[in-house]
Amino acid sequence: MRVAGKGLLDRSSSVPFTFDGVRYAGLEGDTLASALLANDVLLVGRSFKYHRPRGILTAGSEEPNALVTTGRGAGRDPNVRATVQELYEGLEARSQNRWPSLRFDAMAINDLAAPFLGAGFYYKTFMWPRAFWEKIYEPVIRRAAGLGALSGIANADRYERAHAFCDVLIVGAGPAGLMAALVAGRAGADVIVADEDFRPGGRLLAENDSIDGMSGSAWVQGVQSELAAMDNVRLMTRTTVVGAYDQGTYGALERVGHHRAHRPEGLPLECFWRIVAKRTVLAAGALERPVAFRDNDRPGIMMAGAVRAYLNRWGVSPGKAVTVFANSDDGHRTARDLLEAGVHVAGVIDSRPDAPKAADFAVYRGAQVCGSSGRRGLESITIRTLSGEQRVQSDCLAMSGGWNPTLHLTCHMGGRPRWSPDIAAFVPVEGAVPGMVAAGACNGAFSTAACLQEGVRAGREVLSQLGLAAPDVELPVADDAEAGLQPLWAVPGKGRAWLDFQNDVTVKDVNQAAAENFHSVEHMKRYTTQGMATDQGKNSNVGALAVLADATGRSIPETGTTTFRPPYSPVAIAALGAGAQDKGFAPERFTTSHKASVERGAPMIEAGLWYRPSYFPAPGETTWRQSCDREVGMVRQAVGICDVSTLGKIDIQGADAGAFLDFVYANTFSTLKVGRVRYGLMLREDGFVMDDGTTARLGECHYLMTTTTAAAGEVMRHLEHVHQLLRPELDVAFASVTEQWAQFAVAGPKSRALLDSVLDAPLDPVEWPFMACGPVSVMGVNGRLFRISFSGEHAYELAVPARYGDSLFRMLVARAEALGGGPYGMEALNVLRIEKGFITHAEIHGRTTAFDIGMERMVATRKDCIGKVLSQRPGLLDPSRERLVGLRPVGAVKQMVSGAHLFEADAEAVRQNDQGYVTSVCYSPTMGQMLGLGFLKGGPDRYGETVRMVDHLRGIETLCVVVNPVFFDPEGGRVRG
Amino acid sequence: MRITCPICGERDRREFYYRGAALDRPDPEAGQEAWDDYVYLRDNPAGRTRDLWYHDAGCGSWLVVERDTVSHAILNVALALDADA
Repeated sequence: MRVAGKGLLDRSSSVPFTFDGVRYAGLEGDTLASALLANDVLLVGRSFKYHRPRGILTAGSEEPNALVTTGRGAGRDPNVRATVQELYEGLEARSQNRWPSLRFDAMAINDLAAPFLGAGFYYKTFMWPRAFWEKIYEPVIRRAAGLGALSGIANADRYERAHAFCDVLIVGAGPAGLMAALVAGRAGADVIVADEDFRPGGRLLAENDSIDGMSGSAWVQGVQSELAAMDNVRLMTRTTVVGAYDQGTYGALERVGHHRAHRPEGLPLECFWRIVAKRTVLAAGALERPVAFRDNDRPGIMMAGAVRAYLNRWGVSPGKAVTVFANSDDGHRTARDLLEAGVHVAGVIDSRPDAPKAADFAVYRGAQVCGSSGRRGLESITIRTLSGEQRVQSDCLAMSGGWNPTLHLTCHMGGRPRWSPDIAAFVPVEGAVPGMVAAGACNGAFSTAACLQEGVRAGREVLSQLGLAAPDVELPVADDAEAGLQPLWAVPGKGRAWLDFQNDVTVKDVNQAAAENFHSVEHMKRYTTQGMATDQGKNSNVGALAVLADATGRSIPETGTTTFRPPYSPVAIAALGAGAQDKGFAPERFTTSHKASVERGAPMIEAGLWYRPSYFPAPGETTWRQSCDREVGMVRQAVGICDVSTLGKIDIQGADAGAFLDFVYANTFSTLKVGRVRYGLMLREDGFVMDDGTTARLGECHYLMTTTTAAAGEVMRHLEHVHQLLRPELDVAFASVTEQWAQFAVAGPKSRALLDSVLDAPLDPVEWPFMACGPVSVMGVNGRLFRISFSGEHAYELAVPARYGDSLFRMLVARAEALGGGPYGMEALNVLRIEKGFITHAEIHGRTTAFDIGMERMVATRKDCIGKVLSQRPGLLDPSRERLVGLRPVGAVKQMVSGAHLFEADAEAVRQNDQGYVTSVCYSPTMGQMLGLGFLKGGPDRYGETVRMVDHLRGIETLCVVVNPVFFDPEGGRVRG
Repeated sequence: MRITCPICGERDRREFYYRGAALDRPDPEAGQEAWDDYVYLRDNPAGRTRDLWYHDAGCGSWLVVERDTVSHAILNVALALDADA
């Protein structure tokens, strides 16, 4: 219910929303949680395992209970914390994990079975029969236990990612963060202040304190307007810093659209920031911890700090007769705030025997709350004092077991917090994250005055590290009272006392884990699931640790802590992967002939990042094989055009270019004549083949290397590595020119006739033998011509500057068609090369040597080169190795499959008898049958032998004869003709 | 993670390609053991390492990066051309 005269909201506004289909109204400035409390909705959810009725526990992002689903259809958003969700007009929220309704949940029967469902229940019960796990146990458990469900529809919301850089990142805009921001901002540092709330101020908005004689919120507004006037300060609200990473890198999630009824076109729902900060001030505050007592999870039982926040910030009292249970002065403080607002305080139960007395409300000193009752919400509590137990009527209990500094980020790089007995809490260790300084409540300094002072201290500290002069900042006057806490973790007694509200973990569960010898906190955590829910045990981990310490007879620091890892609060995968869906996943590279190919109906296939035409369907063709067979025939009989621009092209220049190539290639290039091309084989240092390709000598000190499409980047890196590390003395330099040149294969018996029609001077057959290269003029454009062939035909590759690529491709294709040819795609290219036994990365797949592919004689003997030494190892030259062979089907079955394995004709097709495998197959229209390339033990020594190809996956068996891999024109007459 | 390239300045690690330990290539006659060490055997220290990174999305320099595998601190970055590796 709203309380008159309290809160920082616009009382004249009215914001309609629904919860479980019922219409309510809240105010501008409300969260869903404060609006529900204002409407006296206490029951908001069912617990994970036992389906117990649950209400709102906190007023922040640590909320374990009040998880709801918002939105509809593809925009449905499960597990939204009602305490974080801002209210907007038309907000639709629904409760989760209940059936058929929140008030009557059939699965609440689990609660009656609780004695059997404790820690380790699943592990002990669902052991057998084994087959039952997947079919019965798991689906049933998953249905019974759970949170909200995803819509199952593709998410249409926009998410973004962004980068920011600053001198000082300040995490949290409470008293400490704001003071640090003032200090750093006035010094002129580049500052980002990130706060997870939609309104800066932190606890100053939630408490009734005054600063410099004004209200906390008024002071915050003053600071905020000073910061807003500084160009060097950026205040980011709704932004949670979720992770600390190496070298001052932080991840932060900004909620951009969740609070808007209507999102303008293009506005993202969330933005994931990578912030790089030279220094960071952590001013993340502290989280209040509950006390474990019997049935402490009943709706109406809340954190005392949350009760004050709802009262002071949102003008809401969660109850009409409020009781307070605390182990510090926070109990009195809560009662005073309530009384001042006119709310009835039914008593303060202070566990400290020496707690102060109060004139305006009953104080039960040295007492504890040991139980609660009520049907769906709190109706009364049971108080245990020295003189016995008594019941007190109350519809809201505000509890406080002390505060835990929010030090999570200081642990993200392996830092372990230190136990501070003074405040019975863990505090951060200095330097746990390089460049980060903790200040205020997250550093264990809880009073407002201490927070302000620590903010100034931290601001000065980072400024001096950055070499900036600190300005004079006057410390505001504020409350500096100590809370006088005496630790109280769990109230002894029967029944279940909750620690982890979200995962339904009780004191009993932790004790049972300890009894079963799960003494390590990491074991206890996993056995009980303590702290493993989406709230990551923000308000329960330390309490569970204390219970474990007690059960195992150790101190809390001896017991240790679990490890905090990013993210601090949940981050949607959609935000992390923003921009990387669909086409955003990887860049696309298009050749200059892309448009013309697509226009001709060619299906484009990926080759690395490139897109290349698979085949060019002609009218009447219905399958790829028809097109492919025609294109192969075209090249063999007339002329075909194929875009080969995707091959890596590396321009190599320098006086020592030849010597350099001799070192990176297994064979020799320094002896290559200018105007000639040579095939080269590149090895890795371990002696295996890395890549192959042709390299042309364009001038005395000028070479042009080509690489395979997929290995272009790797080869470039390799060349730089060899030069910069191994041969820095050589005068040589390289540049990738892959994208600067459009290059087309012109292949087939009519290739020279075609070229003569586009070149400004006809080709002289004497000057242009096989493997010649040189400059040519293509209709006035300076180009390069290489007489090389990947098809075994008389062929050329013609290169022009990329801007002429589209035009040249179209012209070449038109001329080819006039000669009975046309364009050909990847399928035909593959068939043409298999017919000739040419290898690709299907064969040089990283596990084959020059010896395996029959090129061992290319490894020059008179020079050192990369891979030379290890390629000579006896094991790599053993004739019984799996070596390249050709395969032709000879039995009744004619089908061949790459990936299939080879066996002796009469041997059983089992692993022990494996003789090799097939790497490439095709149907050869030229030979009229399927052909295969593969690796077979003994390889060339077995020509003529019949082996059995077995594809276990597809159930195909084919008898094949082993042949020389060059199936077509083995003498090479066509390529030279 | 951020690496300060001597040529380009401080950059995100996504701009770099990681290769592995920075080792000296043995002489071709150094014998099998030396080559086996160079190609296959690696230390896995908890502490200081020297490894090679390539500024792929930057200047194309190979860098010798000294870093601490425990603290993740980057202790030194030098151009491989200048380093003794």
